[in-house]
Amino acid sequence: MREQSKINIKNLNFYYGEKQVIKDLSLEIPKNEIFAILGPANSGITTLLRTLNRLCHLTPEARQEGEVFLDGKNIFDSDVSVTELRRRVGMVFDVPTTLPMSIFDNVALGPSLRGIKSKKILEEEVEKALRMSALWDDVKDRLHTPAARLSGGQQQRLCIARVLALEPEVILLDRPCSALDPISTAKIEESLMQLKEELTIIIAPHSIQQAGRIADRVAFMLMGDLIEEGPTQDVFSVPKDQRTNDYLTGRYG
Amino acid sequence: MSREYFTNQILNVKKEVLRMGEMVEEIIDSAVVSLKTQDLDLAKKVIGDDKEINQLELEIEKECMMIITLQQPLASDLRTIASALKIITDLERMADNAVNIANITLDIGKEPFIKTLVDIPNMAKIAQEMLKLSLEAFVNEDLELAEKAAMMDEKVDILYDTVLNDVLDIIIEKKEFTKQGTKLLFAGRYLERIADHSTNICERIIYMISGKLKHIN
Repeated sequence: MREQSKINIKNLNFYYGEKQVIKDLSLEIPKNEIFAILGPANSGITTLLRTLNRLCHLTPEARQEGEVFLDGKNIFDSDVSVTELRRRVGMVFDVPTTLPMSIFDNVALGPSLRGIKSKKILEEEVEKALRMSALWDDVKDRLHTPAARLSGGQQQRLCIARVLALEPEVILLDRPCSALDPISTAKIEESLMQLKEELTIIIAPHSIQQAGRIADRVAFMLMGDLIEEGPTQDVFSVPKDQRTNDYLTGRYG
Repeated sequence: MSREYFTNQILNVKKEVLRMGEMVEEIIDSAVVSLKTQDLDLAKKVIGDDKEINQLELEIEKECMMIITLQQPLASDLRTIASALKIITDLERMADNAVNIANITLDIGKEPFIKTLVDIPNMAKIAQEMLKLSLEAFVNEDLELAEKAAMMDEKVDILYDTVLNDVLDIIIEKKEFTKQGTKLLFAGRYLERIADHSTNICERIIYMISGKLKHIN
């Protein structure tokens, strides 16, 4: 049964200047699921993710047509606070972007910017976020050492914790494991599987196999077009479109 | 086209399945000819040939497992490999049934038949045709042909009913024919099973081509 949708994209077109990178895309993303978006490079996947919390609008000459509803409210409406939108829809990038400060401060930054001053509450929030991203056991004895000393996989989990500390409803992950070893990848995948109980996850996986392991549903994009979407098992075993089949079997291009 | 090496591996599996199918076609033919002509040497050859088929089944299975392990096939490739794995099981059982028929040939030996063998060779003919068509459908990914081949199973079932009734009539009249009669009944039963396995293969081919899993008949 289809769960209630968290995000509903309607007839989205996106342009950088004259170049159209998303073409009349409509898609519903169900709540409390992991939704993976697959496709070759330059398919518009990163742009699509970055549109969902309006990060794309930071690019000059970027413009969009169409609507993106988050819980029924169009995020492009003029009364939408972009800061609040980006808190609700957090993002993790492909390269871990830790801030040049301690592990603790990396996670505490968001909540303290939101006005939480109590040290005790901040400590609780940091621990909760680090536990959710499966990093707590690795770092609990050295919370005040620089984040840069962590391994790549740990840094990426720290970035996830930093997003989680803002208590988002949706997290967008743009190839979050592309630079990670299989063990770190497995840890992140494991925590995503748990996180979906509480939030909605949209991921551009770095490999088809990752989508197979964690995604409830997948969409396949090609040159800005949404080719098809559906439950992962269906799309991976019996894709409806020949282009999806060609991509999954490695025969595309 | 990219992934040429991988594409060739899949093509090779298909070729090997086809080769195994042709061997099974031949072994069924030999088994039934040996029964009809009471050719004991041919029956013994059938038993020997079966070992080769068993060996080929293992080789194809290994090849499929290797592709799954190293290439993680998806979509149409995944369906081809999954189908190949199921098809070779059916082919292997068909060959086993041919061996069962060859053993009946050896059991009956040169003893005169209690009836002229007409329906049993006819069953074999249809079963062989089914297998031939299904292999053709497999190679050419021909959905219609696979469905057509599967439908032929009904004819084999009808012939089997005829064999059953004929032999029962004979046994009721002459008790001393019970032993050979039972053996002939079994031969019919084995051919009926062979046709069922062909139907299974057709179902697999339909899945491979269309992604639809369904039972025919």
